[in-house]
Order: sequence, then C-alpha cells, then structure tokens
Amino acid sequence: MWASKLCQWQWRSIAKEALDRTITVAKFLSLFHITDTYIFSPTIVYGPSMLPTLNVRGDVLLIDKLSHRFGNLGLGDIVIVQSPSNPRRILTKRVLGMEGDVVSYNAHTGFVKTLVVPKGHVWIQGDNLYASNDSRHFGAVPYGLIQGKAFCRIWPFAEIGFLGSV
Amino acid sequence: MASPKYWWGVAKKCFTVGLISLTVSDRCGSITPISGQSMSPTFNPEHSTFKDYVLVEKFCLMKCNFSHGDVIVFSSPSNHKEKHVKRIIAMPGDWLSTSDSYDTVKIPQGHCWVEGDNPASSADSRSYGPIPLGLAQGRVTHILWPPQRIGKVEKVVPEHRLSMTTRQTTS
Repeated sequence: MWASKLCQWQWRSIAKEALDRTITVAKFLSLFHITDTYIFSPTIVYGPSMLPTLNVRGDVLLIDKLSHRFGNLGLGDIVIVQSPSNPRRILTKRVLGMEGDVVSYNAHTGFVKTLVVPKGHVWIQGDNLYASNDSRHFGAVPYGLIQGKAFCRIWPFAEIGFLGSV
Repeated sequence: MASPKYWWGVAKKCFTVGLISLTVSDRCGSITPISGQSMSPTFNPEHSTFKDYVLVEKFCLMKCNFSHGDVIVFSSPSNHKEKHVKRIIAMPGDWLSTSDSYDTVKIPQGHCWVEGDNPASSADSRSYGPIPLGLAQGRVTHILWPPQRIGKVEKVVPEHRLSMTTRQTTS
C-alpha cells in the first residue's frame, strides 16, 4: 500500500513536470509566431525590380508588420505584397498611389495612361522601371494583399541602415 | 485577502493563454460569427433568430489549396478591414458563364470567382470581378451553432456554369 502510494505520487509529479515543459515550449513558439506575424520579421528579397535601392543579389530587410494594419502607410514606402497572380510569391515594391489618387504611367504600348486608384487599393511600382512586373501590368492591388512595410536593411553590413521613403 | 504575488500569477497565466490562443487561431482554426444574409440558406437561414457560429480552418492557407465549392473567408478587396464569407465558384484558368448575363469570363492566374449562396442579397464577384487568392483568410468547414444545424459545410459546385473542356484539364 505504501509502495503504490509512492508510485502514484511519482506519476503525478512526472505528469505535472511534462505539462509544465509543454506549456513552456508552446509559449515560446507562440511568442515567436506573434513577433513574426504582428511586430516585425526579417525577410530576404532579391531580383532586379528594386534597383538601385536594393541589390540584385539579395538583401535582408526588417519588415514592420504592424503599421499597415492601422492604415499607417504612405506614398513612397517600400512594401511587401503577395503577388495577385500567384499567392505564394512575395513582391517588394514601392507605393506610388493610395486610393483616390490619380496615377499616370507608361503602358507597354508606349502611350501614357491615366487612371484613378480604386477604393481600398494601392498602386505599386518597382524602382527599376525597365525590369519590374508591377501595377503597370496587373493594375492596382487590394490593400489586403500588403504583408508589411520594409523599414531597415540589416545585410549586407556595408549598407546597413534605415530605408527612407522617397 | 489575495496578495500581489497571487495577482501577478493570474496575470501571467492570462498572458500565456492569450498568446497560445492567438497562435492557434492564426495557424489552426478559429470560431467566427456570421452576420448578414448573403450566404443564406447555408448560414443564417430566414427563420433563425441567432447568428451562426462557424469553424474556420487555416491550414489551407500555407499551400493555398482551395478547390471549387469551398466556402472561404477573405478580406474585401475594397476595404481590407471587412471580412466576407463566400463560396468559390471558379478557380484560375476556368471559363465561367456569369449568371445574370450571357458573358463568359476567363479567371486570371492566381484569382478566383466568389459568389454568395443567396444571389439576391450578396455583393460578390458579380460586382467586383475575380479576387486574388492571396486575400483568403481561411476556409469554413463546420457549423458549430445553432445545435440543430451542427455539421459539415457541403461543397456545391455549379458544374453547368463552368465550361466542360477546362474542367477536364484542370481537375
């Protein structure tokens, strides 16, 4: 009887220990997830479309995931957007028009087109006009596709610093 | 009388529960009330007095694997703060005949055509065109409340409106 009681007590303490450990791990993972989705996260971006602001070979940017949720996004900010033509691709572009703005651009045909950005949409364009697939091709994108605002470059070390809006 | 230490412990527990539940609702699934008549009779049929509560699954977001007939939650293209619940009618590459006119629309890459089950009172792709799949926030899988209608949400595919040649190649 004494032995069985001891055994029971041991089991209980082991179970409690396991539960505590699980909660600690879960807490850590959740904190990581929340920082990554709601506060900031590092992202690698590459490609020619944002030359000369960002390099072709790849930069690591810190993305601010908070301010676009409060509509704190202005002209000239560099944003991370889910591509409208492929939801798994992420594009890095600069905001050049908010809803209600009048935008003029050079279409492929060579004519200058002028339009008003519709409600709830933004007009995004790459800095490198000649090698960028952006709103000039697929039109204004819904605000809901914006994933965050790039505010700081952390790699390469030579060009570390804040990305100002133009 | 409870000491400050006790309240500190309670606050820490609340914080932990909040963190974990927010993560679960982002990654796995969440429970949401449905308001409005646009998905009647699937949700909120005419005679119900309470709002329906549904389970929204989020696993499908990682791979973007949606299919015809799924009911999805997405943020409205004209106002990102509004969430809409509609049914996917057509996927990228499909040819779809719109119900009110006799036009045929091709759905562009990465987009889908969404419509409410109640065409009389629903603002959907018929007014704003195909929406990017990136706007999707989750898929509605089960009704949880009221008790007499607990169960899975059925897929409904309007085959007659999709042109058959593209159906065979995409499925």
